[in-house]
Amino acid sequence: MKTVEELERIRKQAQAMTRLREGGESIKIVVGMGTCGIAAGARETLSAIMDELARRNIQDVIVTQTGCIGLCEQEPIIAIVMPGSEKVTYGKVSREKARKIVASHVVNSQIVGEWVIATE
Amino acid sequence: MRELSLHILDIAQNSIEAGANTVEITVDEDESSDLLTIRVADDGCGIPEEILKHITDPFATSRRTRRVGLGIPLFSEAARVAGGDLEIQSGSGQGTEIKATFKISNIDRAPLGDMAETMALLIVCNPHVDFKYEHSRGKTRFRCSTGMLAKILGGMSIGSPSAVPVIRNVIREGLKHVQMT
Repeated sequence: MKTVEELERIRKQAQAMTRLREGGESIKIVVGMGTCGIAAGARETLSAIMDELARRNIQDVIVTQTGCIGLCEQEPIIAIVMPGSEKVTYGKVSREKARKIVASHVVNSQIVGEWVIATE
Repeated sequence: MRELSLHILDIAQNSIEAGANTVEITVDEDESSDLLTIRVADDGCGIPEEILKHITDPFATSRRTRRVGLGIPLFSEAARVAGGDLEIQSGSGQGTEIKATFKISNIDRAPLGDMAETMALLIVCNPHVDFKYEHSRGKTRFRCSTGMLAKILGGMSIGSPSAVPVIRNVIREGLKHVQMT
């Protein structure tokens, strides 16, 4: 269990981040959470993304879910939408790949080309 | 699916896509009757009768509509092989209630798995949905809801990534007192 002090500290951090981001358009991460995605490990992928965002104290990213997009063999699938850029879709995203994609693509705007399955 | 908690995540995704405002998830481990009961009930748009008729048949339903795919047939099969059953009650505009039972002692029953992880991600990634989770075993019971967890978080947004570990811990600690499977 977290102590009350810890919770209070986390709360203050979150509030500070919320104030910072008010205004600008957000980066969006879409995780495939259809049956095929979940069966392939999407819960762990989503968990790793949330953990990486929390660890880096990134609050201005919107994480959403989508259903099956018909590429079940590529699941777990995630897509990153940066404001003003095309959508980049990654396939077979394990926990480790998810962390790397957050660090490289979301934080540093560097697309991880070898894992991309579609851009539009 | 390796864990029943993954089926629950999958079925709850249907509720979210059905536009539910409230999703109730209950898990009851009743050792006296050797039955594990999982119930997911929502106030979403419901399932039209003609689709409901074939809902547990993977071949009849998978191509007809994207919202209803293999999730329910797989959950139904997981219950059936474990000596249980799946019931579904729904109708257009009536919400949906899915109840699956499993023989706890059945060797083919999948483990319940990480309910704290499933619930924490559902709650944080769908902050506009009010989740109510109840887990009981015999006389012991753990309950939480989006509203209750929001209070614990104080001013921290329930949709913030930092809320995941907090909620996960609250549920994990709570479940220590009830869970067996």
